[in-house]
Amino acid sequence: MKQKIEQLGKHTVNALEELGYAVSLLYQSLYWLVLGKFQRQPVNLHLIATQMMQIGVSATFIVVVLCFSVGMMLAIQGLETLKPYGAQTQVVTGIALAVSREFAALITGIIVAGRSGSAIAARIGTMQESQEIDALRVIGINPVRYLAAPALLAMVLVMPVLTLLGMIMGMLGASVYTFYELGMPIEIYMSRSFDVISLTDLLQGLSKSILFAVLIVLISVINGFQVKGGAEGVGLVTTRSVVMSISAIVIADMLFTFFITRL
Amino acid sequence: MSRPQQRPSQQKDKNESTLAIRASNLLTHYDGRVILNNVSLDVKQGEIMVIMGGSGSGKSTLLRYMLGLEKPSSGHVELLGKDITHMGDNELHQMMKNIGVSFQGGALFGSMSVAENIQLPLKEHTKLDQKTMQIMSQMKLEVVNMAGFENLMPSQLSGGMVKRAALARAIILDPPLLFFDEPSAGLDPVVSAELDELILRLRDAMNMTIVVVTHELESAFKIADRITILDQGEILMCGTVDEVRNSDNQRIYNLLNRQPHADAVNGDEYLQRLTGENVKK
Repeated sequence: MKQKIEQLGKHTVNALEELGYAVSLLYQSLYWLVLGKFQRQPVNLHLIATQMMQIGVSATFIVVVLCFSVGMMLAIQGLETLKPYGAQTQVVTGIALAVSREFAALITGIIVAGRSGSAIAARIGTMQESQEIDALRVIGINPVRYLAAPALLAMVLVMPVLTLLGMIMGMLGASVYTFYELGMPIEIYMSRSFDVISLTDLLQGLSKSILFAVLIVLISVINGFQVKGGAEGVGLVTTRSVVMSISAIVIADMLFTFFITRL
Repeated sequence: MSRPQQRPSQQKDKNESTLAIRASNLLTHYDGRVILNNVSLDVKQGEIMVIMGGSGSGKSTLLRYMLGLEKPSSGHVELLGKDITHMGDNELHQMMKNIGVSFQGGALFGSMSVAENIQLPLKEHTKLDQKTMQIMSQMKLEVVNMAGFENLMPSQLSGGMVKRAALARAIILDPPLLFFDEPSAGLDPVVSAELDELILRLRDAMNMTIVVVTHELESAFKIADRITILDQGEILMCGTVDEVRNSDNQRIYNLLNRQPHADAVNGDEYLQRLTGENVKK
């Protein structure tokens, strides 16, 4: 019993330490992004562009496929559920709101956490193991400025774009199935969807995507910097980073939705 | 006619001014274990100081403190007369221009070509145009006998080439201080000897102060002006190659003759570590 309490205490201290580190990392990243230029140590634009390519362009296809599938799946479920009430055309409203407020950001966040978050953790972890992080520091390059800040800005810029794409693809997927099931033309479906979505709905989805972007980068970078134990260690932190990122995204989404609906 | 004798204070000032590195009273613990116990070390300008010791002796930790990568629990390190232990980020950034480091595994950035690796410190600390940086990196590659390899990626290089490319990166800014962490590790004797020659050439040609952390005896004796021997977090001895060779300290003798310490295997302690119980009667 005593051992279990000790373990719980250790885990709690570790979790608090990581939380503190995350806050510090966010502060340092913002510091370098905003003030780096004035310290004659600007964040490298080339690195930001490279990260945007790796996070954004490379994830486009999978975001398109999965959001399209989720939209179609929602349409199948929605039409089946509304059939007994003869309200099948209402599926447009339901899906438009669900996708714009919730699913597009959530699915995109999970995809990016699995794809790019793991890549960031593995890259930094490998650099840590091969002393490349030490090499950066002795060259005079702050690792947060070189590794975390570009990833953070790139992710914050790319995630809303991917989420917007996810919204459109989700509704497109639903419209294809609705056309097949009800014969409603795709352009009519899309037009009605856009009429339903308000600016608030759109902003809700996009602000969630920015929150997820910050969470994914912080969790991945923290895990990357903590690598110990060679290649096995890199594998462990990569897995940990994905699990933590997805968990954080889902929990943050729930809390965000709870508070936003109370406003 | 004899020269007038210097006053003690003048003598002290002169000695201090020729010091490139001064580590004073470095103390650090980890999990209750002493890693460095009040270690003090001076390295004069233009000398090659080799730091030797067995595994876990604290030599890598000492190197990390000298590089400003970690801070000791107490004590401080001065590089070129400036205390780096309490330096702010900006000052440390400027100080790093004076330091070149060749890490044990080279630590070349895998995503960059050899030339990009070498040019990185120039991009960080200078405003030179690309053409000039290219010429400078080629010159340094020639110094380390790697001309023509600038477009290769680190994964395409052999172990010896990685170390030489890392050395080219370390000296690209012509730093007055150069640090090597296990330069011979993983290299065959011929390549290792070439690297030793290169270290000597750099000291002679560029008047660099060089600190080498190694446990390769042959290499240490060949390149060192002075050798510091660390054992269990303490300095056993600091002296010239001959002084170290002729030392009558048993631990130094063991280290130089590759013999285990007499107290390395203590049956009771070993059993106690395994069982967690006190087995001494």
